[in-house]
Amino acid sequence: MAKRKPAGKRARPTRPPARRTIQLRWLAHARSGDKGNTANVGLIALEPELYPLLAREVTVARVRRHFRGMVSRVERFELPNLAALNFLLHDALDGGGTISLKTDAQGKVYSTALLRMEIPTPVSVARRYEGGRG
Amino acid sequence: MSKLVRVAAGQGFWGDWLEAPVRQVEGGPIDYLMMDYLAEVTMSIMQKQRSRDPSLGYARDFPPLMERILPAVVKRGVKVTSNAGGVNPHGCAERVVEGARRLGLAGQVRVGLVSGDDILPRLDELIAKGHELRDMDTGRPLADIRDRVVSANAYLGMAPVVDALDRGANVVITGRVTDTGLTLGPLVHEFGWPWDGWDLIAAGTVAGHIIECGAQCSGGNLLKDWKRVRGLENPGFPIVEGASDGTFVVTKHPRTGGVVSVASVTEQLVYEMGDPRNYITPDGVADFTTIRLAQQGRDRVRVSGIRGGPRTPMLKVSIAYSYGWKAVGTLVYAWPEAYEKAKRADAILRARLTDLGLRFEQVLTEFVGADATHGRLAGLPDPDAPEVQLRVGVRAREKAPVERFTREIAPLVLTGPPSVTGFAGGRPAVEEIVAYWPALVDRREIEPHVSVEILAG
Repeated sequence: MAKRKPAGKRARPTRPPARRTIQLRWLAHARSGDKGNTANVGLIALEPELYPLLAREVTVARVRRHFRGMVSRVERFELPNLAALNFLLHDALDGGGTISLKTDAQGKVYSTALLRMEIPTPVSVARRYEGGRG
Repeated sequence: MSKLVRVAAGQGFWGDWLEAPVRQVEGGPIDYLMMDYLAEVTMSIMQKQRSRDPSLGYARDFPPLMERILPAVVKRGVKVTSNAGGVNPHGCAERVVEGARRLGLAGQVRVGLVSGDDILPRLDELIAKGHELRDMDTGRPLADIRDRVVSANAYLGMAPVVDALDRGANVVITGRVTDTGLTLGPLVHEFGWPWDGWDLIAAGTVAGHIIECGAQCSGGNLLKDWKRVRGLENPGFPIVEGASDGTFVVTKHPRTGGVVSVASVTEQLVYEMGDPRNYITPDGVADFTTIRLAQQGRDRVRVSGIRGGPRTPMLKVSIAYSYGWKAVGTLVYAWPEAYEKAKRADAILRARLTDLGLRFEQVLTEFVGADATHGRLAGLPDPDAPEVQLRVGVRAREKAPVERFTREIAPLVLTGPPSVTGFAGGRPAVEEIVAYWPALVDRREIEPHVSVEILAG
């Protein structure tokens, strides 16, 4: 018997996806610093309710992909008490400290570079936070 | 209510806002003024200054600053802790005592002088004893670069600070005491915390970490809602109000700008963080995953719940050594096609460097206005950018190629792409690179050499 799609399926308007990707800048704030040739980025949920989303979606693999070609190894630590994640980005600073030739030799703005990353976010959350809340 | 001890931060680094310590002393009641001057490479800068003039080697703006605030410090009974002594705490302490005498405050100033962190004279002895002082990052033994070492200092903790305060010092001047030890020391002295009360030690350490960068925890450099941070023309530097149970409140003086919020304190807590469960200091190990923050009112954040663990048998050593040379040259290219012009100039420059046979360990090009801070994450450069700065840095072990590089920037103005400007500063400076070599050493090799002297004003 030939497969038949239910007639109604095509006609039905596409349901909005349950999730869409938005930039971390709408969900978190951050500060970064250095230890030698390693930059750290502390990523802090803008509201505590956003922490589980960050913990689930801002994975080591995703952060490594985000910074590919810019850092070697990525480590992640969880601080649920501060609604924060801490990332260590190894070999990120062209030698770091006084050796580095980079404008950002001490990794001060790796923080906002991480905030460029996009993560899949429940639409209701995205609607609420994207674009800022005034 | 039981006793509270107020420790105020006055400087977050050597070069911080000079008015801050004055306003901390005069803006309201405080018990201690804590001033942190030492970053990783600061010791080597001070060592260089001392090699040129043996009376130098400390934060030179500290003695005049102390002279400015000493009358108020004495009158209000404030005590000062600072690692401004750098590689010459003795010289620094003497200048402060001289200042006190000039002010007619002799007899009212007792300077506690902490030394013994400087292990430069003992390096060969330590290596001969089998301490390899391996680089914590690369694993190489110090012997590899022994002849190029400029300075070597062990990080001391709060113990000598406590000792100086116990002996009646009201100004404590140290060399390489940890930033956190300058805050923890006063708390241990006031509350009589045991050196192995690990949760209390961790709490005082976290308090120190929060205020060691000055206003960076009270609205300075705060990303969250940064536009709403007001009054930074008069930034309120942070104050810790510590209680004997290890809980404390972070706040600032009334009628100052900035903000003390859970967000501002959290941003500082994660600054330069490694493994949050193991924040290691000479005094103990703090677990940052136990910290609880709560807004307790306007510009007041309560910090509690902190747990810690025992100190480790090793102390960190900060070693600085001559690494090589570097220079950075810049030129600005204007619209239209600013980025393309800058890019072409970079290609021409690189070809010339190659033709000249110059060898560098690194040649790094950034286009300021396009990719300098975020690299390729910034996306494609704006073809209509009003201007782009070409910024080329070179690094080499020898000075000669770097020197030659600095003569290759200006010629691009007449021999390269058009619409170029911004070279009025002249040839780029050649800078010596003094690099940082972090190592560990058995604390039993250091602690017996630590001394605390009291110099009366």
